[in-house]
Amino acid sequence: MAFYSTSEFKGGLKIMLDGDPYNIVENEFVKPGKGQAFNRVRVRNLKTGRTVEKTFKSGDTVEAADVHDTDMQYLYNDGEEWHFMDPASFEQMTADANAVGDAAKWIKEEDICRVTLWNGVPLIVEAPNFVVLAITETDPGLKGDTSGGGGKPATLETGAVVRVPLFVQSGELVKVDTRTGEYVSRAKEA
Amino acid sequence: MLARIRAFFAAAGVMEVETPILSHAGATDPALASLSLSGGLSGDGSNADRRLFLQTSPEFPMKRLLASGSGPVYQICKVFRGAERGRRHHPEFSLLEWYRPGFDDGQLMDEVADLVRAALQRPRLPMERIRYRDLFREVLDLDPFTSPVRTLRAAAITAGIPDADRLDLERDAWLDLLLTQCLEPRLGRSGMSFLCDYPPSQAALARIRPAAEPLDDQAVAERFELYIDGVELANGFHELTDATEQGTRFARDCAERRRLGLAEIPPDTRLLAALRAGMPASSGVALGLDRLLMIATGATHIDQVLAFPVERA
Repeated sequence: MAFYSTSEFKGGLKIMLDGDPYNIVENEFVKPGKGQAFNRVRVRNLKTGRTVEKTFKSGDTVEAADVHDTDMQYLYNDGEEWHFMDPASFEQMTADANAVGDAAKWIKEEDICRVTLWNGVPLIVEAPNFVVLAITETDPGLKGDTSGGGGKPATLETGAVVRVPLFVQSGELVKVDTRTGEYVSRAKEA
Repeated sequence: MLARIRAFFAAAGVMEVETPILSHAGATDPALASLSLSGGLSGDGSNADRRLFLQTSPEFPMKRLLASGSGPVYQICKVFRGAERGRRHHPEFSLLEWYRPGFDDGQLMDEVADLVRAALQRPRLPMERIRYRDLFREVLDLDPFTSPVRTLRAAAITAGIPDADRLDLERDAWLDLLLTQCLEPRLGRSGMSFLCDYPPSQAALARIRPAAEPLDDQAVAERFELYIDGVELANGFHELTDATEQGTRFARDCAERRRLGLAEIPPDTRLLAALRAGMPASSGVALGLDRLLMIATGATHIDQVLAFPVERA
């Protein structure tokens, strides 16, 4: 089992606390002129996404979390789980709804996703920052309106609903920012 | 800023000195991590296998100068401390350290205030003195000299310090936690705050002033720290000059290091010899120049005042 000393703490380090994997968001070293030093640390629980503060006595050690990020190709959903493949080794893995979370409404087959593995099991799946998806349903909108003011809801091929400008029609491809869930532009091809 | 500091000491009649950065002895203080070099001293067989320590401060050789009759001395030098890195910490930093024979800690605090005013070019920067005990009493409503650990822990929990309910700390470490988390940010908000009269358990190399009823019902360490804008800038002592007491503190440090599983550090026997020969009663202080420059420039991270931080050195 690997351990980290507080002197190795820095943003991005993955550690185990109370049985859950955490990501160090911020580490502040505090020390009085003479005496005991401390590390004040903000950590994010990788399972729940919640951020909490912790205090460590400098020199203490914590267990390292076997967490790393890898790019994987999304293959298909079997109704319960999402199947991914490592494009280099062709190794396949499944992620549950908890891990996929919001990414589920953006990804489609063959998309490359950033997958965070914990002990070799997908913990978090992130959709690509931008995806290009076809509109399956939207109101016809007003002819001649090219300003984009106002907008209307459009349902995409993955089931996600985004607001698009009035001139965008069913069947067209649109580029969406998955971090904000907002329409970016029309797209020619994926 | 360095030119102003040198002009200040020239006018005050304090001599600039240089002492070795590498020494056969290190700092035994369990809170300091000495960096060391071994081997590599080629050219002289007698030194080839020696381990040498990079100084954590020039305190011991400067005290040897005092004992040999140097009179008041100051030094601007690089010092090194392992395992210290953060917004206000860098393993290699610049220290201004000076010693005043015949001064007590109160007189030296006044001189530190004058030096800082000159260095920052803020001649009217006000100063205040706050006793360690009074600060804890006023802000946290507890006596840092007598309160048991459970009271200190309760205060830390009340103050909202994360994990205060489960941290396993010794008494002084609880005081350090409360000081750094709850009290330091309040210090030096409108000038210079000198925190003084520390608990004897945190004396380091300061004299202990015995209890003198009714004003002081507890002995205190004649130690002070200067804060500006919540940043600790300097640490000073009315210096311990008793060789026997110094030897006892070294031995206690070494025992504590063994108990904590820290690296063994050989105490400075040459300092003990100098104290035995006689060092004049003096006060001394070390002031972090990188932090002073941070205050002068409004920097929020020490890297902003370093040409090349250690990661890019």
